[in-house]
Amino acid sequence: MPMQAQLDRRAAVAALLKNRKDTLVVSGLGSPTYDLHSVGDHDGNFYLWGAMGGAALIGLGLAQAQPGKRVLALTGDGEQLMGLGGMATIGVARPRNLDIVVIDNQHFGETGMQASHTGRGVDLTAIAVACGFAATGTVRTLEEVARLATQLDETADGPRLFVIKVLAENPPRSLPSRDAVFIKNRFRAHLGFAAA
Amino acid sequence: MHSLQSNPDTRADDWPSELYRILKAADVRQMSYVPDAGHSQLISLFSADRDVTTNVLTTEEEGVAIAAGAWLGGQRSVLLMQSSGVGNCINMLSLSAIGRFPLLMLVTMRGEWAEFNPWQVPMSRATQPSLEAIGLKVMRAETGEDLIETVESAAPLAYESDQQIAVLIGQRLIGKKKW
Repeated sequence: MPMQAQLDRRAAVAALLKNRKDTLVVSGLGSPTYDLHSVGDHDGNFYLWGAMGGAALIGLGLAQAQPGKRVLALTGDGEQLMGLGGMATIGVARPRNLDIVVIDNQHFGETGMQASHTGRGVDLTAIAVACGFAATGTVRTLEEVARLATQLDETADGPRLFVIKVLAENPPRSLPSRDAVFIKNRFRAHLGFAAA
Repeated sequence: MHSLQSNPDTRADDWPSELYRILKAADVRQMSYVPDAGHSQLISLFSADRDVTTNVLTTEEEGVAIAAGAWLGGQRSVLLMQSSGVGNCINMLSLSAIGRFPLLMLVTMRGEWAEFNPWQVPMSRATQPSLEAIGLKVMRAETGEDLIETVESAAPLAYESDQQIAVLIGQRLIGKKKW
């Protein structure tokens, strides 16, 4: 039997981003978007409220455009499961500055907490290995998350994917703006690009 | 005598090279694709270009997300696919539409002209209506000359006016698939 996750998702994301530096973050729809916002709004955040399956691939396009910056796609198990093919695309593209962190509660939390594939034996890290990712791992405690945060600051030979197993619960929502044009232009201004 | 560059017939016949020239002049830095025979020359030209990052996709919707990410990071991109791939993109196009992300898709049409494969026909019929339903502007070309002019005008519409544009390349132009 898989170990029961005990980790609080908000504490995990706060520990992951505690010393964030200039990392650019794209969050997958649902709880990861609320988790990212709960740590504190940031001009270098792009929050998804839709486009399910797209977080890591937006991260890819961004990482390719900004090779000097680290890019983090912070997403959930359901969102990443919808983008499984994209893991092959990212593995082939082999960006050295893209990390995917899956906040994995093994459920579709936004829609009534239905069990997802990751609680039934599907291992996203094994898929990442098969797609040629440079590093992968699964963490379950705050201490391990703190070590992961340090590891994410280090350079990499290619894309990395880490799974953080968390308790299946919905903490109070922390809602960023749903205006994608605003968030997009704010993000680009943060990188020095003028709005059209 | 006309040079190769200035002869309009030659330009029109070699429309893939012209599209490459136009997209390079528009400062396109990323190209993603699911292969189509009609795009093969353009794919080769971009793949050989070290100044352009090229991504081969497992499904076309990935390219819609990559294009948004590229724009967030300050780069222009183009997405190549055939008409069957449009159906794979629909929900992801919400991102381009609601975020007003510049998007330029070049779509080679199947299922509409001397088509031998009936399975291409339903999505061919659905291509333009479904793109328009999700909010894209659809432009269409049936000749090489028309296609060059269409992409020349679509590029600034996308990248400078923040529009989401699909250019449909008629199957009549691509020619009958050799079987």
